[in-house]
Amino acid sequence: MDIIHSEHTHQESFISKYIFSRDHKMIAKQFMITGFTMGFIGIIMSVLFRLQLGWPGERFWINDLLLGSWANGGVIAPDKYLALVTMHGTIMVFFMLTAGLSGTFSNLLIPLQIGARDMASGFINMLSYWIFFISCIVMLVSLGVEGGAASAGWTIYPPLSALPEAIPGSGLGMTLWLVAMALFITSSLIGSLNYIVTIINLRTKGMTFTRLPLTIWSFLVTAILGVLSFPVLLSAVLLLVFDRSFGTSFYLSDIYIGGQALERFGGSPILFEHLFWFLGHPEVYIVLLPSLGITSEIVSTMSRKPIFGYKFMIGSILAIGGLSFIVWGHHMFVTGMNPFLGAVFTITTLLIAIPSAIKVFNYLTTLWRGNIIFSPAMLFSIGLISTFITGGLTGLILGDATLDINVHDTYFVVGHFHIVMGLSAVFGTFAGVYHWFPKMFGKMMNNTWGQIHFWITIVTAYGVFFPMHFLGLAGVPRRYYTNSTFPMFDDFVNLNEIISIFAIIAFLGQLIFLFNFLYSIFKGKKATQNPWNSNTLEWTTPVKHIHGNWPGEIPEVHRWPYDYNKPGYEEFIPQNIPLKEGEIESSH
Amino acid sequence: MLLLSAFLFILILFLITFFYLKGGDFKEMFKENPDDLKFDEQENRTQGWLFIAFGIGFLLFILFLIFKWGGSILPESGSVHGADVDSLMLITGVIISIVFVITHVLLFFFVFKYAFNKNRKPAFFTHNLKLELLWTALPAMVLVLLISIGLYNWNSIMKPLDDKDDKVLIEIYAKQFDWTARYAGNDGKLGRANIVLINNANFLGIDTTDVVSFDDKIVKNEFHIPVNKPVQFVFRAQDVMHSAYMPHFRAQMNCVPGLKTQFNFTPKYTTQEMRRITKNPDFDYMLLCNKICGMAHFAMKMKIVVESEEDYNKWLAINPTFR
Ligand code: HEM
Ligand SMILES: [Cu+2]
Ligand SMILES: [Cu+2]
Repeated sequence: MDIIHSEHTHQESFISKYIFSRDHKMIAKQFMITGFTMGFIGIIMSVLFRLQLGWPGERFWINDLLLGSWANGGVIAPDKYLALVTMHGTIMVFFMLTAGLSGTFSNLLIPLQIGARDMASGFINMLSYWIFFISCIVMLVSLGVEGGAASAGWTIYPPLSALPEAIPGSGLGMTLWLVAMALFITSSLIGSLNYIVTIINLRTKGMTFTRLPLTIWSFLVTAILGVLSFPVLLSAVLLLVFDRSFGTSFYLSDIYIGGQALERFGGSPILFEHLFWFLGHPEVYIVLLPSLGITSEIVSTMSRKPIFGYKFMIGSILAIGGLSFIVWGHHMFVTGMNPFLGAVFTITTLLIAIPSAIKVFNYLTTLWRGNIIFSPAMLFSIGLISTFITGGLTGLILGDATLDINVHDTYFVVGHFHIVMGLSAVFGTFAGVYHWFPKMFGKMMNNTWGQIHFWITIVTAYGVFFPMHFLGLAGVPRRYYTNSTFPMFDDFVNLNEIISIFAIIAFLGQLIFLFNFLYSIFKGKKATQNPWNSNTLEWTTPVKHIHGNWPGEIPEVHRWPYDYNKPGYEEFIPQNIPLKEGEIESSH
Repeated sequence: MLLLSAFLFILILFLITFFYLKGGDFKEMFKENPDDLKFDEQENRTQGWLFIAFGIGFLLFILFLIFKWGGSILPESGSVHGADVDSLMLITGVIISIVFVITHVLLFFFVFKYAFNKNRKPAFFTHNLKLELLWTALPAMVLVLLISIGLYNWNSIMKPLDDKDDKVLIEIYAKQFDWTARYAGNDGKLGRANIVLINNANFLGIDTTDVVSFDDKIVKNEFHIPVNKPVQFVFRAQDVMHSAYMPHFRAQMNCVPGLKTQFNFTPKYTTQEMRRITKNPDFDYMLLCNKICGMAHFAMKMKIVVESEEDYNKWLAINPTFR
């Protein structure tokens, strides 16, 4: 590693520095830019279909402009509405919040915070990004093909996703979706392996597992979840490819469609659901855990106080990770599964409330008697605590088989998962960007605009998703092109408008972020080495990036990362500072 | 659209206010020393107040939603087991609301109270086993309660009806994009079906050589069920997955090609009674599709009529048998 550092620093071409870079800091930025671009596209899609839901049948020139033939005369076509919803979900969950979030912060922070010169394999890291990039391209190309993009929901349940006769999007669009996801999974797998290996093997001297920042713990568990669950999705995807293209019947049986009975017998769509949700549930924690790690770090730093209950925090991350593998059945309570299984999945699911509650109370205790500095990162972290509580609580309803009978697949679910997973993860992402922007670009982001961005975002985000619980309790199903075919939903016409208006403002609010982000990269204030007076190792590296991260020796670690305001010592003590004469290592 | 303009207007007003609070100098907003933030007590105090304001605003928003749309959620359950679902929902809802309010009050209060102050020395409070065990045990206890009630109800709701029970047997058949109901007829049995037998006249693919099928009755658009008598539903699908969702009865079950699923419930109120309860003369029970099934998923519906057994028998009698 030392060799890389000394020899390569001065002889880099543009291509090896910015394009095929093997430097984890550059790869982090690549993931960020690509992931955010995808996220931006995904959010625009949500605004477009929210227009349709708020004002069904109304013509919007913006639809003509952006959607072309998908929206004849400014009104989105019903099947293209489903294509938009599907692509929005897929992009947000996988491209923005899996690759965009984990890819950015795992890459940036793992080597920097554990004290390593780079990832275990820079080459695999580069490969992981480029496979992801190709996957993005394939996914975007699928928007333009004959029949339209995949339209079977982000969960792509067969037979709808298997048969082009069932919906136009299940033609070439679905094929490309599957190809893109296979690539995506590959990228995610090799990336995760790299993270795990790096964390286990490349920790600097003294960086024991009980001195690891909670960010690293959450990235580690996230990567392990990914490695264990994504292969199952890959197999589900491959079997679906066989069913679609080679006439097998893994998921198909007794189907009559397009005027003929298919020669497919013996399979079951339920098999697909099991395989899908065996990934799908851990996936929501793959999305969420990194944000919780980021928040833990920021809440402690910005309260100028150690995180409360460090070991319980690690324990709860591990518990959430472990439990997430035995709860997938809560997505399938009404598939006709054996009621006994439903009972088992109810128990395992509700158990997750325990580690989640521990995390929340530990956050609250960390804030208690702190000295809170409201940087934009801190604001978003506080926002995350709020959304994590709100969304987590409604999970108690959905996880209970009895109650799920009536709210399954309604807008209650849409409200729940957007708040607990979507908002929390997005808030964590924003918190991370504001906090580590100085590390990434050597510049500061503007605080005032960061604050405005936060307040607009949290108000509108709750404005969009909180009312959806009411729709769900009235029985409004999700993935409906319009609610106007049922008189029983007429009371909600205005509410749907209000939700859509909040969504539009939410989107506009993100432009503030975009502007602040771009402006600060070029014209932001120069950052100091440790702008937040933080203890973790990344702030001991020079502001200007170099290969190998530290110009000299890698610092040795002597303490945990949360020595803020330790009585009798400095305001903050970075991890690389040895214990003073007579100082006892903080017990935790 | 008027609403939209109003909101945008408020947004712009908000931005202008913020701008003035900042001294009204656009350039100023981009000039700042990163260190200023940390030690500016006023700045941090303002954010603390904003959280209090947000907390109050959030509460008002929820009250507004409850006041305006709380009455539009599903009315009292039209089925017997639905009462158990609703009471569990109520218990869970109350617990959730209490926890929601307590944690949010704590969150916003702490954030407000402990906003940066030059003279405060933060506590060095790393862990406390007793506290942490407390908030491990507390949720665990609440969960034991919720899980016990939940499972008790779940098992009783999902229990299949006895063969001997006096009941109505109905097959609900889903295809893109409509519903069909098939009644078992006098023999109480549904005739066999197979997809290879499907044609325009026989779109359920019923086996015409199966004697059991002869007295089956097929209805479209709406189906009737008698009040206070158990109804056993069997679900099938022709092409893709659908989901039979009868929200007023707290009933839902997926319809899966190649698989027969089932659900049963006992209607408690007739349509007429429900119209009185909801004070809505146009009220109707509905069967909706609740699993994405293609482009007209949003329009796949069937009316359900609950009536006295007498009326039900009369209605059934005028419907022809399959053969
Ligand atoms: C401005 C922000 C957003 C708005 C207005 C929005 C709105 C919506 C709406 C209305 C639906 C359709 C629900 C349905 O008919 O089933 C939806 C689906 C979905 N959204 Fe979002 N969303 C936003 C951001 C996000 C984020 C950040 C995520 C990340 C997790 C996300 C993930 C999803 C997923 C997974 C689906 C389900 C797609 C499907 O049904 O196949 N959304 N969103
Ligand atoms: Cu799940
Ligand atoms: Cu449907």
